This record gives sequence, C-alpha cells and structure tokens, in this order.
Amino acid sequence: MEVDYVVKKIDALKFGVLSPKMIKKMASVKIVTPELYDKEGYPVDGGLMDTRLGVIDPGLKCKTCGSKLKECTGHFGYIELARPVIHIKFKKVILDLLRCTCRSCGRILVPDTELQKNLTKLNKIGKLLGPKAKRRKVKELIVQLKTISKCPHCNEKLQKIRLEKPTTYFEEDKRVSPIEIRTRLEKITDEDAVLFGLNPEVVRPEWLVLTLLPIPPVTMRPSITLESGERSEDDLTHKLGDVVRINQRLFENINAGAPEIIIEDLWDLLQYHITTFFDNNVAQLPPARHRSGQPLKTLTERIKSKEGRIRHNLAGKRTNFSSRTVISPDSMIALDEVGVPHVVAMKLTVPERVNDWNFEYLKEFVKTGPKKYPGANYIVRPDGKKKKITEETTEQLLEELEPGYIVERHLMDGDIAIFNRQPSLHRMSMMCHKTKVLPYLTFRLNPAVCAPYNADFDGDEMNLHIPQTEEARAEAEILMEVQTQLISPRYGLGIIACNMDAISGNYLLTRKLVLTREEAILLLGSVGVDDFSDLPNKQKIDGKEVFSALIPKDFSFIGRTRDGAKVIIEKGKLKEGYMDSANLGSGSGLLIRNLHKKYGPKETLVILGRIFRLGIKTLVNNGFTTVLSDTDLSEVDRNKINDTLKKAENRVYELISVYEAGELDAFPGRSVEETLELKILETLNKARNEAGRIVSQALNEDTHTFIMSKSGAKGNIINLAQMAACVGQQALRGKRIERGYNKRTISFFEKNDLGPAARGFVRHGFRQGLSPNEFFFMAMTGRDSLMDTALRTPKSGYLYRRLANAMQDLKVEYDYTVRNASKKIIQFSYGEDGVDVSKSEGGKINVRRIIERITGA
Amino acid sequence: MASNANVFKEYENRIPLQIIEDVKSNLPDKVTAKQLKEIMEEVAEEYSTSLIEPGESVGIVSAESIGEPGTQMTLNTFHFAGVAEMNVTVGLPRIIEILDGRKNIKTPMMEIYLKEPYSKGKDIKKISQSIKQTTLKDLTLEVVVDISEFKVEFTIDLKKKELLDIKDKQLIAVLSKNFRNHTIKQDKDKVIIKPKEKSSNLSDVYKIKDKAKGIFIAGIKRISQVLPVRKDEEFVIITAGSNLKEVLKLDFVDPSRTVTNDIFEIQEILGIEAARQAIINEVYKVIESQGLNVDIRHIMLVADTMCYRGKIRGITRYGVVSEKSSVLARASFETPIRHIINASLVGEIDRLTSVVENVMLNQPIPVGTGLPDLVTKMK
Repeated sequence: MEVDYVVKKIDALKFGVLSPKMIKKMASVKIVTPELYDKEGYPVDGGLMDTRLGVIDPGLKCKTCGSKLKECTGHFGYIELARPVIHIKFKKVILDLLRCTCRSCGRILVPDTELQKNLTKLNKIGKLLGPKAKRRKVKELIVQLKTISKCPHCNEKLQKIRLEKPTTYFEEDKRVSPIEIRTRLEKITDEDAVLFGLNPEVVRPEWLVLTLLPIPPVTMRPSITLESGERSEDDLTHKLGDVVRINQRLFENINAGAPEIIIEDLWDLLQYHITTFFDNNVAQLPPARHRSGQPLKTLTERIKSKEGRIRHNLAGKRTNFSSRTVISPDSMIALDEVGVPHVVAMKLTVPERVNDWNFEYLKEFVKTGPKKYPGANYIVRPDGKKKKITEETTEQLLEELEPGYIVERHLMDGDIAIFNRQPSLHRMSMMCHKTKVLPYLTFRLNPAVCAPYNADFDGDEMNLHIPQTEEARAEAEILMEVQTQLISPRYGLGIIACNMDAISGNYLLTRKLVLTREEAILLLGSVGVDDFSDLPNKQKIDGKEVFSALIPKDFSFIGRTRDGAKVIIEKGKLKEGYMDSANLGSGSGLLIRNLHKKYGPKETLVILGRIFRLGIKTLVNNGFTTVLSDTDLSEVDRNKINDTLKKAENRVYELISVYEAGELDAFPGRSVEETLELKILETLNKARNEAGRIVSQALNEDTHTFIMSKSGAKGNIINLAQMAACVGQQALRGKRIERGYNKRTISFFEKNDLGPAARGFVRHGFRQGLSPNEFFFMAMTGRDSLMDTALRTPKSGYLYRRLANAMQDLKVEYDYTVRNASKKIIQFSYGEDGVDVSKSEGGKINVRRIIERITGA
Repeated sequence: MASNANVFKEYENRIPLQIIEDVKSNLPDKVTAKQLKEIMEEVAEEYSTSLIEPGESVGIVSAESIGEPGTQMTLNTFHFAGVAEMNVTVGLPRIIEILDGRKNIKTPMMEIYLKEPYSKGKDIKKISQSIKQTTLKDLTLEVVVDISEFKVEFTIDLKKKELLDIKDKQLIAVLSKNFRNHTIKQDKDKVIIKPKEKSSNLSDVYKIKDKAKGIFIAGIKRISQVLPVRKDEEFVIITAGSNLKEVLKLDFVDPSRTVTNDIFEIQEILGIEAARQAIINEVYKVIESQGLNVDIRHIMLVADTMCYRGKIRGITRYGVVSEKSSVLARASFETPIRHIINASLVGEIDRLTSVVENVMLNQPIPVGTGLPDLVTKMK
C-alpha cells in the first residue's frame, strides 16, 4: 500500500487585533435582523442563525462552503454598529493613549529632542520587561517633563482625561464620546504608537474602538432542541440578539432624527450589551442574566478558569478507548500485567490492519462477532467508513473483508494498555501494562505496584486506556512499561518493591522457618519456579536456602537489615542475615536496586514477582494474623510501666507546684508558662518513650504483631506501645490541649488543673481501653488532623501546578545543558554533575561496590 | 601516594571531582596502581552510563518530585516537644513561602556562629543581649503618664541597662534626637519626657508615650529574640528576626558560617549565587525534616529556574511563568485573557517551542521522543 503522508505542522501563531477591513473581509454575512427563525423554523437570512454562518442542523448545507454538519467549521459574519463602541478589554490602553497624546495634533506629549534621548532606553525596557513596562515608562517621562499644560508640538492646551468605569471617558468634566475618541486615536502616528508598545502592523490605535462587530459562527454557539421540540439558544446567541436589536433601534432612531437624549441612551445600552458580550463579569456593570436569573456565560467566561476552554478543552482532552472500574489484588499475575474483566475486554478494541498473512486470523474474529469472546466489534473500510458487526451483517462483511481493511478486534492477553490512578502526581501514576483477560468485574493488579499508584483496595477505582496506533503502543512500551519505572526518579531507589505480607513472609522464611524438601518444592513451585536444582539435596531445607533459589547464581550482595545486622548474599546464596523492609521494601530496597543494576529491569521484574509471591505463599502455608493476646503484658511489666507513668505524673505535679509557688525559672526568651508547658511535655514524652521501650523488650518476639513491625511490613514500635501500654500526650497545634471551657478542657476537671490528665495525656493503652475524657481528647486531635489534611491537599495541589507550569519546558539539550523553551540556559550541567537520578543509586554513583569488586575486599 | 594522585589527576576531566573524592575516601589502604587504574576506569564507565539523556524533560520530573511529596507534608508550624526552640515555619507553608519568592517571610531567623573565644561561651549572655534590638519599652519597668503635668515618666530597669552597657548619655541623646521639641530630664532611674510647648490636646501626651516606647536604643534592628544554644561543642546564637548586614559587621561573629533564612536578604548582601544556595538549603532542610526523600538535583533545578535571571523570581504568575516565551503557555496558567489581549497589542508571535501550546494544537511536544526533527520520505 502506498500512502503519501503529508505531515502538516503549525509553525507559529501570531496574535493581533482585527481591523474593520479584516472583519468585513472574513465575514460571509452581514447580520441585520435579531430574528432567528421564520415561521417554518428555518433560519432567517441576515439573522443570527443564517446558514451562511455554518450549520448546526443535520441535513442542512452550509451556504458558504456547501459542506454538511461537522464538515463545515463555520464562518464569521459581522454587524455594522450604528455608533462606535469601546472594546472593554482595551479600555486601559485607550486611556493611556488619550492621556499621553495631544488632543488636537495627536502627537505624543514628549518633545522630539527628549524622545531621541530616551529612545534606546525605552526600546531596551520594552524588550526586557515587556510593552506594559514601556508604556509605564512613557507615562513617567511625560510626568517628569512637566509639559502637562501644553502640547510640545502644537502648543494646544491640554486637559485632564479620566476614565469613569467601566467605559466612559471624561475630559475635565465633559464626556468624550467614542466617536471623538476614535478620531483622536486615528491621529496618532505609527511612530508614536510604537512608543506605547503597540505594533502598527497588527494594531492601529483606532481599531481599539469598535465600528464593526464580528459575529462568531453558529457552530460555536449551537442551539439545542429540547424534548418538547422547543429550541433553546446558546448564551452567546442571546447576547448577540440583544446587540443586534439595540443596534437596529439605534439606527432607526438616528435616521428618524430622534432627540439626542434617546440616542445617547440607546448608545449606552449598545455599549453595555457589547461589553457584556465580551465579559459578563465587569466590576461596575450588573451581569446580563437569563430570564431565570442565572448570569450568561459570554466570551471571557468561556475561555477563563479551570472549566474554561483553555484548561478544560485545550490543555486537557477527552479520550476514547478507556475504561474505569474497581481494582482488586492478584499477586499471581505478573507485575507488568493488568487483569481486565471479560466485559471490558469485549468493549475495548484494538485495530488491526488486514494483510495477506493475517487475513485468516482476523477473519476468525469477524466470524465470532461482537457477542462472543474473542471477537470483533467493527471493521473499517479503507475509505475510513466504519461498519458495525452485527448478526445480520457478519456474512456480508466477511465477504467484503480484504487486505487494507481494519478489524477492531476484542482486547486479548498481551495487548498494550496504559493503567492509571488519580491523582496522577508523578509519572509512575500512569504505567503501561500488558492486559490479561480474566473473569469477574474488577481490574486486577499485582499488589507490588500499589506503591507507585498509591493504591489500596478499599474501593479504589482505576482507569485503563488502550493505545490505538503503532506509534502510541511503541512509545508506551518503551517509555512507560512497569519495568522501566522500577527506580523512582525522585530519589534513585526502587519504588516498586515488596510490601506488607511479602515482607513479613520473607522475614519469617529467611529468619525462622525450616521446611521439608516437599514443602520447599511445593512452595517454590507455587511461586513460579520450575527449576529446583538450586535446592540443596537434603531432607530439611532452611528458609534461607529456599529464598536463595530465587536469586541468580552469580549475584553477590552485602547489606544491612533494619537493625544493622549484616546481610550477605554470596554467589546467589543467602549466607547470613535475613530479609526485611531495608532490603526488600519500597523507597529503600537496596537488594532490589542492586539486582536492577546488574540484571536490568526485565529480569528484576521477574525476580521481584517471585520474591513477592514467596513471601505471600509462606504466610499462606504457615498462617499469619494479629490477635489481642499479642499485646498482652506480664504483671511485672505492667507494674513497671505503671510506675514509670506514675513517676512522670508526680514529676509533673511537682513542676506545677514549683510553678505555682512562682519559683520556676523561665527559659531564655520564654515566659514562665511556656517553660512549664515545655517541661511537662518533655517529662510526659520521656515517660511514654520509656513505656515504649519496656513494651518492646517485654513483648514476645514471635508474635505476629511484633513480626509485622520488626520486619518493617507495617506498624512500628510506637504503635505497639500505644496498644499495649500507653497512648501518650495528645497535641493540638504543638501544645497540650488547652481549649474548651473557662480555664479547663472538660467540665469533668477542676478549674486551672494543669495536670497530665486534664490536658490530654492518655495514660491508657488501646488494649486497656480509654477513659471517656481520654477518648474525647483523641477525638479532638483526630478532627484536627482531618482538617489539616483537608486544608493541605488544595494548597499542595496549587504549588504543584505552579511548579509544573513553570518548569514543564525545561529539557536537557544535546550539549547537556538544561534550557528552557526560549533556549536560555538554566543549568550548565544537569544537577551540577549531569547524573540522571533514576540511573543513580540514591542520587550517587556507587563507587564502593566497584572498589569492593575490584580489590576483592 | 604520589602515583595515586597522578591517576586521579588523569580522570579529573572525565569524572566530577565529587565522585573522585568519593573514591578516595572509600579506597582501602592497600591498593595497587593497577587496581586503582581499573577502579577509575570502571567508575568513569559507570558515570558515563549514568548521565542524563538529551531531551529528557528534567523540569517536569523535578516538579513531580517536589509536588508529589507535598501532600505528605504537615501544615502546622510546630516546635518539637521538650526542646526550647523558637517558632519556625516548617513544612508545606515554608516551601510555599520560599518558592513564592516572598520578600517578607513569616519567621525570619538567624544562626550566628561566633569566633573564638566567644564560641566557647565567653560572655555569651552579654553578647547575645547586645545583638538583640532594644527599645525603650524593653528597658522600662513602668510608664506613668502624668496628665496634670503633661509629661511621661519612664522607670528604667537599671540592671538591664547595665547588662546591655547603655550609658545615660547615649539614652538621652537618642531620645532628644527623636523628640526635638521636648525637654528630656533624667533622674536616677527615671526618664521624663515633656513637651516644650504645652499642648491643649490630651491625646498628644499618649502619643508621646507610644512613640517613646518604640524608640530604638541599642542592639541590631529587627532582631527581636536571641537564644544562645550549644551546638556540638560550641555556642551558637539563634535569633528571631534577621539582619544579616549588621550582624556580619560585628567583630565577634564568624561571618563565614553565619546564616539567615531570609533569602532576599542573602541576595542583597551576598549575591544571587548565595541566594540560590540558600534556596537549595532551605528547601532541602524542610523536606528532610519531614522525613521525605527528594534528590538534591530536583531542588537545584527549581532554585536555578528561580535565579537564572540574576534576581529571585517566585514560581508565580508574576514571576517565572510571566517570562515564558509562549503566549499560550502563559495563558494556560492563569489570567488567560490578559495575556491574549496584551499579546494582540504587540502582535506577539508564538513559535510553539514549549509543551502546552503543542498539546493544545495536537502536535508532538518538543521534549523527549518528540525532540528529533527528522523528515523521511515515505517512498
């Protein structure tokens, strides 16, 4: 097939102001009547819905270009305004121009000699800081020269001009009509206009006062037909109707020679309608409203803000071939796979072009049809016409099918998909997976990829997109596949790693378990290993040896566990130490980082998947849970903790009595009260930490709850201490709880009680249960942190948006400098050394490993 | 070893010094020249494979790396329990403050390092008090407004005065300079201010009181709190309020280590490069204190975008974003109408060199894989 691809590319966009001439030239109709439709419901000629402006009804043809709906993009029209009108968006520029030029000769109010002197300076300012700064400078210049009383060119006496908002100009106390303004603006020479930062090639000052108004094509203001058959017009059409109506009235009145007052009133009304046509949120004007009272959405509102054209439709677009549903975990599929429900797979399609070699293969899909899997939903003829496959059409389409056609077949295992969870805060929020069609109705993902998506399974939903072109698929595969995202570009360590059960499982396995040979083989088999030659040939197999079976034979590694014990892997055998979150977990995962470095992403992904499953299967075989008795303490320990807390409380009371006696020494720069608070806080925190220490020593290391925190799977010692011993001080805004009733937090306490309990110290543990007042204090801090989260999210979101907007066009050039879109150098070498964080190890080049390998140390 | 130095020298052009230093510090004692050579060759190889690729959109990666953990930062300004520290803006508000490029920050602070012997604690209390801004109010124990006599009477804290080493003469001189038409009398611990011409307006006498209270007498302006702190083996003065220029002039201050958290002050006094480093340090400090992990390179890039023009510009619509070359890129951020109107007056041309405007026009974006400009004939 020979296709000539004509690649069209927009090179540049130029902005400017439409001249009246241009408006007329690009218009296809002159609008003369506010009526929209005649009695039969056809658009009126010369009305706002004139078919020469484009068509919005199916069946009608555009009178300008002859195309039908959707083919014709619409054409502009124009109306001739009976009297000129100020363009609201240019009112400030017009004011500047009027103030800085002579009312009779139109020259700038600076003598030529002065002008020459300052010209280069002005140009420089304009170039560096923009035209606005230049205009300001010209104004300053005029004020400086003190030539305000007379024009330096024609000696005309000058008068003060002010702008009465929104659009009325006054000279001294006389109103200046837009006609007058326009004639003055006409007098400004091109050379002077340049000084104001106007480019005379694209804008003449007088164009800023409208004499003609372009009418946007109907295609951008389509009317909708309601169920009742009634037509409902777009807001813009309504507004334009007003403009045309008043304009006609004004014409008639002028022609009839009506009194000046009436004409002025109509003129002002026209000005109002045109102003609100551009912007319905002008400060001094009441917004134009529908009959229902809701304000009209006119041009500015259409473009502006998050829901406006720019951010909603241009910078972000809608997409087809996507789907969304609840997610659930499945550790048995690979990390780079995504389980797609049958129902979804039969709706989402992949286009495949028919050729001589896949003809029979694709024919099968068409034959199966849309109702059975795997079938096809559409075929596309070479001329681009799409045909739906139904029971009736199958036969005929099968016959028609030939090379050059495209078959849109159902999604199948191994197809490329892009998987995403909002909020998409980093690039790992959108990764490319291979689809795997599965029963049931949820998307399935391997729990190891929860970390980059920040997903859990408490009802989260995720989106799936199917790229439709070869280019898109290739790009997705090369740039976005899960394996390419193993290392976070934020800190250069693995982000996709083991979590939760996978960590505690491997911890148990490598630390404690000894299996029989059968068990070991069964375990490894269930994980996806089928080569057991790595296992030592004996009946009892240590957990470490089972784990070693997953590690490549030539891999050596020396690391440390969370509490500093050595981990040694020598030639693929785990010799010493055990696995925990320091080596397997996300955000540290040094073992995984090293595997990645040595064997590359693809292999690492497989190994990681196996390690993950090994952990989970170990737990499945051995059982793992958390029980109340895990937090049981012995009588002795309980007493110890009680003593500690009692002591701390006594110490607090001591402090309080010292304070009340007025003998407390203040810390420098602090009041006595603050000092007391700090000291109390310190004492109580110490006590809580001490309790935590006792707990961590007292608890049985073999309880599952303890293992969870020890291995780094979930929870920490503080959590354990809070359950077993004491929750500790509740802090509100960095202080103990103070608010509530007069001089006390709850009426349960005496006034002025500064003791621990009265100020939010929770001395019980969750296991024991809290007292009602303690519970109330916890609810207070809980609400506070909820508020904090709710307030923080939009703030950090805005910061992120600003950062992204400011830096999105920075890129590394071929000379390794970092530059922005205008090719200005931001950094001479990225990050001062040119190292890509995602290729480094925690931001550094690991020289130690190289040294160790070469010197053999 | 001399031979080692030679080997290192050889690689100086190929590997950044930082990495060479890293090798040096990790090198075991016994290493043969051949091994060293091998090591360096390997390091150089590793370095070259770790280099960033041309076309990489480092900007967006950095923005993500800082924006994403933003949701995990705390909003509260809080001081850690038990430690007598002053209030500091931390967490997200501080980051926003820095990146906004605000001129007036919420909690300006300084860390003043001292020269020996003061750093060992000599006269530490006196020194720190002498830095603190002292107004008449700080020196007074009691103020009496005498309506019948039409005068204001301040009772001075003599102990404090002595500690701060303020002479009577100095005090009177400062006051008379500020109160031109008043008589100022001193009587032991009393200072009396009385207007020369008797005014009929009673509120005038209160005005005198208020004005006098705020009069700056000694110390350094804007330093409102001082706190000497022991920081590994030496004394450091932490202050609330910042005045780098004046503090650096003091002869007991170690100017090479003294820092402030007011970035604009640093820019003014030490220049833009120092300001850039200050931004990096301050942002990094916050991120670190929140227990988050963000590579320093991302922060550098942000600091560089803020500083490359030679003065600090915030990441706001008035700062960095306003200087983008593309009209559409600016319009897609904030205040779109204004940007389009202004562009139309100048006849601005958008060359479509950055990202968003190409997204808007459905064209490939000129970063990463969209970068190569290659024309191929399809036949």
